[in-house]
Amino acid sequence: MAIVTRGFRGRRDASAERLPPGQYQTRDFPVLSAGPTPRIALDEWRFTITDEPGSPVRSWTWSQLLELPVEQPVVDIHCVTKWSKFGTRWEGVSLDTLFASVETSAGYALVHSYGGYTTNLPLADLLGGKAWIVYRYDGGDLSPEHGGPARLLVPHLYFWKSAKWVNGITLRREDQPGFWESLGYNNHGDPWREQRYTGD
Amino acid sequence: MAGRLRWQTGRVVAIREETPSSKTILFDVPGWPGHLAGQHVDLRLTAEDGYSAERSYSIAGPVDGERVELTVQRVPNGEVSTYLVDDLRVGDELELRGPIGGWFVWRVEELLPVLLVAGGSGVVPLMAMVRERARTGGVAPFTFVYSARSAAEVYYADELAGRARDDDGLTVSLVYTRSAPAGSHRPAGRIGQSDPDDLGWKPGAEGRVYVCGPTGFVEAVVGMMLDRGHDPSTIRTERFGPTGG
Ligand SMILES: Cc1cc2nc3c(=O)[nH]c(=O)nc-3n(C[C@H](O)[C@H](O)[C@H](O)COP(=O)(O)OP(=O)(O)OC[C@H]3O[C@@H](n4cnc5c(N)ncnc54)[C@H](O)[C@@H]3O)c2cc1C
Repeated sequence: MAIVTRGFRGRRDASAERLPPGQYQTRDFPVLSAGPTPRIALDEWRFTITDEPGSPVRSWTWSQLLELPVEQPVVDIHCVTKWSKFGTRWEGVSLDTLFASVETSAGYALVHSYGGYTTNLPLADLLGGKAWIVYRYDGGDLSPEHGGPARLLVPHLYFWKSAKWVNGITLRREDQPGFWESLGYNNHGDPWREQRYTGD
Repeated sequence: MAGRLRWQTGRVVAIREETPSSKTILFDVPGWPGHLAGQHVDLRLTAEDGYSAERSYSIAGPVDGERVELTVQRVPNGEVSTYLVDDLRVGDELELRGPIGGWFVWRVEELLPVLLVAGGSGVVPLMAMVRERARTGGVAPFTFVYSARSAAEVYYADELAGRARDDDGLTVSLVYTRSAPAGSHRPAGRIGQSDPDDLGWKPGAEGRVYVCGPTGFVEAVVGMMLDRGHDPSTIRTERFGPTGG
């Protein structure tokens, strides 16, 4: 049972039922990353899917990515540092499109980024209309501090799973913890179950 | 694998005015497991009707038994910070859990030179590192650059002046953005291109860089470092606030 904080009333939000536990709504777009914002040249940009033995199976250049069918998800996002932002508007490519020609029985994915960041997810959390590689936000190009040129978007999980500066996915038979997942953060990260930290 | 981080009860044992807009709050947390310099806690405040709010706050001091010290800046209209700064009293109990964060931390075994760059309340976890170095007799050279609006807004001012004088291998530079006191080494203004030499930012000379503050501050500082050829893999950042303050 939570203890009552003497004299605390709080600022109630009309949209409380849209907020996962422990979250508050912000209208800003805060930035969170563990290190510097990397500088990435578009003509060198690649996104690569690698299979379990470690061979690249599909790879896209920037111009090839832009030729793929575009989707425009409008989603609520939830950061483990407590802020949530409603109705964010993105543009990009569904992972279903990227995986359409990839044959795999792998259960897990390790997502990689420029700058060395990694995050892990069950492959099932990336497919079935649940995840995108996005390159536009709110009508403009995705800015570098928000993950541009392109980031992963997996809005049903805490936002650290939506890797910024994404450049590839390695398929894995066994789950392997990524960057934050090795530093005390939850392996799965479902905000509705408040899976913030290891063991939650 | 560590077990679940459980909510613990912390009792406020002391409150100190740090600056006109911030307070340092000392909690006694029975069963506190200890922490590393740079880690933070989550606080949970609960109203009579069960409504609750959670926020993260960095731990300001090194491990000290069951004591946990925070410094909270009042954010205008902030739901939690205004309560903590204006309403909290000695004897009150709050829920907290932690320690959290295994990346933005410094350990005494790390002997490489360290550059700390703080903006505003971003000084809190970096001060924990400076204090941890003193507590453990650490020998890694520390260069500490702290940007604050004015002298009145400097956290831990007396202690910092004392440490700058007494802690071997620690250099402290204060940068004032709005008004600089008489005798300052530079005029008031945000950290800019002409600063880094004075502030000891030599690419290659640093072993590790920790930058903490509002997002706009972190982006500006790290951008300047990358322009000057710092190796991005040596830089660790923590961003506190959504605004560019
Ligand atoms: C890992 C971590 C460590 C932190 N450590 C500290 C710490 O040691 N000391 C400390 O004082 N804070 C710290 N913070 C910030 C803290 O968690 C809260 O965000 C802050 O106290 C504001 O909460 P609030 O409920 O008062 O404001 P809210 O009600 O959440 O916000 C009110 C308004 O202020 C804006 N705002 C929110 N936060 C800030 C900010 N930091 N600066 C400027 N504007 C803001 C919001 O966008 C909103 O418009 C830390 C945050 C993180 C993620």
